[in-house]
Parts: sequence; structure tokens; C-alpha cells
Amino acid sequence: MNSSNRQPLLQVEHLKQYFKPRRDYTVKAVDDVNFEIYPGEVYGLVGESGSGKSTIGKSVIRLYTPTSGKIIFKGTDISGTLTKDARDTLRTKMMMIFQDPMASLNPRKTIGDIIGEGLDIHKQYTSRDERREKIVSILKKVGLSPEHYNRYPHQFSGGQRQRVGIARALIMNPDLIIADECISALDVSIQAQVVNLLKDIQAETGSAYLFIAHDLSMVKYFSDRIGVLHLGHMLETGTTEEIFANPVHPYTRSLISAIPLPNPGLEKRRKVVGYDYASSGIDYTVGSNHVLEGTHTVFGTDEEIARWTSKQ
Amino acid sequence: MEEKDKILDIKNLDVSFRTSAGTVHALRGVNIDLYRGETVAIVGESGSGKSVSMKAAMGLLAPNATVNDGQILFRFKNSSGEIEEADILKKDKKWIRRNINGKHMAMVFQDPMTSLDPTMPIGRQITEGIIAHLGLSKKEAWEKARDLLLEVGITDAEKRMHHYPHQLSGGMRQRVVIAIALSCDPDLLICDEPTTALDVTIQAMILDLIMKVQKTRGISVIYITHDLGVVAKVADYVNVMYAGKIVEVGNVNEIFYEPAHPYTWGLLSAMPDLSTDDVRLYTIPGSPPNLLHEMPGDAFAARNPYALAIDEKEHPPMFKITETHSAATWLLDPRAPKVEMPAELKARLERMRREAQG
Repeated sequence: MNSSNRQPLLQVEHLKQYFKPRRDYTVKAVDDVNFEIYPGEVYGLVGESGSGKSTIGKSVIRLYTPTSGKIIFKGTDISGTLTKDARDTLRTKMMMIFQDPMASLNPRKTIGDIIGEGLDIHKQYTSRDERREKIVSILKKVGLSPEHYNRYPHQFSGGQRQRVGIARALIMNPDLIIADECISALDVSIQAQVVNLLKDIQAETGSAYLFIAHDLSMVKYFSDRIGVLHLGHMLETGTTEEIFANPVHPYTRSLISAIPLPNPGLEKRRKVVGYDYASSGIDYTVGSNHVLEGTHTVFGTDEEIARWTSKQ
Repeated sequence: MEEKDKILDIKNLDVSFRTSAGTVHALRGVNIDLYRGETVAIVGESGSGKSVSMKAAMGLLAPNATVNDGQILFRFKNSSGEIEEADILKKDKKWIRRNINGKHMAMVFQDPMTSLDPTMPIGRQITEGIIAHLGLSKKEAWEKARDLLLEVGITDAEKRMHHYPHQLSGGMRQRVVIAIALSCDPDLLICDEPTTALDVTIQAMILDLIMKVQKTRGISVIYITHDLGVVAKVADYVNVMYAGKIVEVGNVNEIFYEPAHPYTWGLLSAMPDLSTDDVRLYTIPGSPPNLLHEMPGDAFAARNPYALAIDEKEHPPMFKITETHSAATWLLDPRAPKVEMPAELKARLERMRREAQG
């Protein structure tokens, strides 16, 4: 990483993703969202369901065509019609790990073929032996063994399946991995194993993550920087430290106060700060981004920001 | 002290399932006590038998299940106002359906979208049980249902009665499910992962709601969950389950501040809290055992760094630590070498205790 002039790996500018289920009705799933991810960094997206976390992930990897805004990945604009080069960069250097490992693996393919599919499509080997070698080394890297090569997804446990999902993403040597709720479906003890694996991979390959999750203690543990979303708007973003030590937006405060703590003495007297958009008097359509300090940015009107920061 | 009123007593429950791969021994001697007005949480990994034991208590076991041994004693007030005790395992399905399910024992499931009927307005779904079990007229049932919706915090209840599940948000739907569960004034509410599908903010609201209802109605609640944060919030007593057995039981402070079983140590260490900043999370090595194969000794031995030679041969009995706290590990046997919990966990529990007091 060159610290002097860090170029963001991914830049998302004024991203809007609207859906029009009916002629007279538009769902603004993502509305004017800005953030960037630097190489080797973990960026966590948090927010309630329906806040647009997953939509952002899918727009960034171009499973959706953004309504407007810019997505710049490795210096190439990938928000509009893709040129062949842009498509190749996108499809080999950005990968996704999905939530439900059973639903995201083809039950009729062997593990070897599932993992090798990317190699096949992008013709990244010269011989069958090389292909097999690559797949086996990835299997080892994610903690599976070479004997698993010819097995089928149903023969694995949930944690192992998620490892296959991770192996499939890793084999292309991606610069950015979008992990969409990739640990939510797993048990506590398995979650820890998968998160450790993601950390090891990051240390080894230097890939960056867009980590989408609703478990805030996990996000806090894993992410370098965090973006807080609500109703499609990015309300607050900053380093994990900045967000958790000094949450400014009322929604962020409410979210952090609601995290269950595994400590009965503390938990039994914890007070949840309520937040209701409708009655809060806050309008997400007016206001602008205010940089407080460092990278800590909060969205709101001048008056709101002054009020929220003075309260502490 | 007033004698506590025991409402559910599960004794040595042993259940296996016939499957195409062989017999799965899902529960291997489970004991759970529950007193009126108290909250018990059952924690464990998937496949540890949490849900199976509660399904057995509701008489909802799948047809391929065999009960090998055990008793499930449930005490409730019958229609003439007397306390009646029934062994759920000895009653036939029809009797349970008519007298227990929904009426005295009600369940809240994980996913509110799949536990509601998408083709029926919620008003009718709530009144259905009331009319069947309490024998009220349609009009009376409707009024009761509306009051229930108000009780679970749905403000425009009269209007909402005509809505279909898809018109409600996830939190609202779960409130409706709770209203249905409460509709026949049950003695026992079983919540199977009631908030797993919900966001943290809504989770907190739903848990507060269940706690409030529990207090005003004086009912008992069983939570099935793997979220230790939820357990810390709601539970009076905690049962830790592993591979079809309860391995540790105690009140919530004993389990969180003085855990005795290595599996509980592992569970507590694996979960990051907001102050975790270690480089790596602690993980329990290995994976849960396959219950297709019988295990002679302690099922946890293979994953237990503190396993003793005897763990391979014989299953440990429950060793009593205090009146309420016991754990099934040979480490508590007087002959066992003295083993302390991992230093990191000890430091963390110390910090938790300090935070709890501060």
C-alpha cells in the first residue's frame, strides 16, 4: 500500500438505484449514496432491513444497472454500459460471497467445478492439471481438504459450504470481495471461524471487503470503516472508532444503543434510544454531508448537525 | 419463601429420529424445569436439540420420531379452574391439540412471514384460536383480538385487523404472531428464535414487548436462541445444550460470570462484544458431532482442549456447583486435576463484572 497517495479501489458517487414496480410508483432503494473503499480495507455497511445495504452491493457488482451516479472501480467507470475491458476487470477482480451457502451453490455440480467455474469462463489455465492444482490450493487455503474436490454441496455442513463460497470468490484473486450477510446464517461458533478465515485471507492477499451485515458487534470487530444506511440514505460514515465512540446522527445512536450485550448485569438495565423517522422531524431529502473530523461524515442540515454535535 | 409453582417439568427426555441414513439420537436425556412467571433460555448450536425438546413439549414431534424414555409434565388450570397435571408424552395428538396447543402453551416462531397465513386478514387469524378454544362469539372474539393488538403495541388496531400479512412490516408481523400466541391466555409461551429474522432496533422492541406481557400476565416463557445478547437481556435461567444433552444449567449470572463447562467457555469466548479488539476471534475447534453415531463418552470431548481420559469412556453426570448451578463435565469431579478457564476469557468475565457494577 502506498501511503502517500492512496487511490481508492472503489469510489461510489451519488449512486441512485430506483425500482419501478408500477408506472406510478417508484421505490428509491438507494438514494444519493457516496463512499469509497481503499485497497486492503474492510468497509462495513450497516442498517435495518430495507435500508439498501444489499442493493448497494448488487449495484456495485452490476447485478443491477444503477439509475444514476458513478461507480469507479480500479480507475474504470463501471456504472454505465460496460466495455469488454471494464467487464473483464469487474468480473475477475470483484467477487461476491452470498448469505445462504446452500442456495448459492449449484447442487448438481461438484465442489471442484463450482470453484473452477470462474477459471473456466475467463480461461485462466493452460492445462487440466493446472486447473486442478489451482482449485486444490484454494481448497486448502479455506480449510477444506483436496478429497472434497469431487463431493457435492449437500455433503457439507453449513460452515463448510460457506468456505466453498469463499473459495469460489478467492480463486480469481479479487481486489474487492462483497460479503453480503455471509455469516448471518451460521452458528455463533462457526461465525467466528469464518470471520477468522476472512481476516487471514485479507492479511495474505491484501484484498478489500465490502462487509454487509446486521450484526453490529461483528461489524465493529471486523471493519475498518463503517457506513450507516437508513431508507436508502447514507447518514453517517467514518472509521469504526469514530462511529462507535462518537455517534452523531440520532439513527446511528439508536442503532448502537440497540446492540444486545452478552452481559446480563449491563444488558438488564440498558436503555434503547428510540428513533422514528416519521416523527423525528428529520428529512433525508434536504441537507448535505458534513465532515466533522478525519473521515467522520454526517448527513444533515447545518442546523441539525449543530444541534446533534452540541448535545454531548 | 412462597413455594414456587412448577409448570413444566421435562424429565430425562430421550428422542431419536428414523431417517434414511439411520437412527439419529437427537435428545439424550434432557431435564428442564420451569416455574410460573420465570424465563428460561435454551442455548446451543443448530442441531443440539433445542427445538426438538420444545416440539416434544408441544406434542409436535415429526412422525418419524420415537420417544425412548422420559416424561413431560405440564401443569395448567383446566376449564373448571383446578390445577391439572398431564404427561404430554402419554396423551394422544387430538387431546393435545384440543387442550394444550394454543390454549395453555403457545409458540412464537422465527419467521413471522411463514407463520402467518398470507391469504387471511390478520383479524381472522387472531380470532380463529379464540373462537375454537374459548368458545366466544365472533363479535366478542373480534373485540378481544382488537384489544390484543393494542396490547402488543399496534396503535391503529381496528384498521389493521383487515390487513393482510404482506401489508405489515417484519416487526409488526411478529407483534401479530405474539398477539395470536397470547389470544387464549396461555400459561406458557415458547419463543423459538423470535427475533433472529429482525433488525437490532426492532429486536429490542419485540423482546421488551414479550417481557412486558410476561410481567402483566404472569406467564412463563421459554426462549430458544443462539444469541447470547438476547439471553442476557431476558433470561432468569439458562440451559446450555450440546449434542442432545443439557451440559450446563444455572441462573443467568452464574452462566455469564462463572461458567463451568468448557463448551460454555467456548460459546462465551467466540462471541465478540463491543470491546473485543483481539486479532482473532476464539473458535471452538472442530465441528458438532454427528448424532447418527452413538458416542460412549462425553460428546464434547473431541473438541475440548481440557478433555480428560475418562471423557472418552463415560458421560459425565451433572455436578452441582450451587443450588441453581450445575454442569456436566468431569472437570468438576473431586478427583479431576484443577483446570482454570482460559486466561483471556477470565479477563473478559472480570471486565464484564466490572462493567455490570459500574
